[in-house]
Amino acid sequence: MSKFSKKRGKATPAISTASLPDIIFMLLFFFMVVTTMRDAELKVQVSTPYATELTKLEEKSLVNYLYVGRPTPQYQSIYGTKPRLQLGDKFADVSEIPLFLERHKVKVPESRRAQITSSLRVDGTVTMGIVQDIKTQLRKAGQLKVNYSAKKRPTNLQ
Amino acid sequence: MAKNSRSRTANEINASSMADIAFLLLIFFLVTTTIVEDKGITVKLPPWSEEKPDIQQLKSRNVFSVLVNAQNQLLVRGEPVDIRYLKDRAKEFIANPQQREDLAERPTRAIISLKNDRGTNYKTYLEVYNELKAAYTELWDEFSQRKYGIPYSDDMPRAYQKEIKAEIPFVLSEAEPTAYGEEN
Repeated sequence: MSKFSKKRGKATPAISTASLPDIIFMLLFFFMVVTTMRDAELKVQVSTPYATELTKLEEKSLVNYLYVGRPTPQYQSIYGTKPRLQLGDKFADVSEIPLFLERHKVKVPESRRAQITSSLRVDGTVTMGIVQDIKTQLRKAGQLKVNYSAKKRPTNLQ
Repeated sequence: MAKNSRSRTANEINASSMADIAFLLLIFFLVTTTIVEDKGITVKLPPWSEEKPDIQQLKSRNVFSVLVNAQNQLLVRGEPVDIRYLKDRAKEFIANPQQREDLAERPTRAIISLKNDRGTNYKTYLEVYNELKAAYTELWDEFSQRKYGIPYSDDMPRAYQKEIKAEIPFVLSEAEPTAYGEEN
């Protein structure tokens, strides 16, 4: 009669948490592989437009980023609300682009320098004037491979 | 006696805090990283040259001119067009299925000329560029389906891609923008 109650009383082992670190480490490695380090703090607001004809930028080390947008609220008292260019982690003038490109170029092996792409991350509300100046500067610097950063347009909108 | 106690204490390291350490690392990575959507429209800019290219030499039937003004309005071959119809207009122009006199002689001769104002919104500019590129992509896809029976994609054999692009080359020339509109 006491067969069942005896067994129930005995079978309360604690769940082993020994594999928990392994699970967390797996998650950790997943995130380390999938994500990239945020290389620069954005000082301009960038909300890229939507598009459909997108190509993916493959290798991060061959890409340099140029941000264009209006300064974020904490910088607006100094820099105003006109669109500005951000190179690396600071505001820059369009004339500083060649130097910026050169700095990135020296980090890339010589055989792969032809594959360097400039990613223009431009806010949608910006007018073409500054973008045109940047394009002219890129052309003068010989950096002809350009990627206009854009988000994938949800298909049901069209 | 002393030996006995030492061996007893050293037999197992408490690993229960390992999970906490791993959690800390995980959270650190979550905060410092971003899953960037590194996608966009890839463009090949023309090399810089001081002299102005002469577009007047081309036959006007082969040129598909798109003008975008500072009010983000489109003027396609002299008439205002809504951006929704731009892709179909461009496709018709390039392929010219009815062999009309006023459209491109052949896809290889077709040139799209895009001109914007310094006051044009970047969003509009990119939309226009996207539509024009989409027109070409659709034409490539149709050609590929007809000739090879497979949809056009970047993964298809290089030789096929080359042949398609030789038949329908993507020629988009961007003129120096006008400066009528206000920049902000």
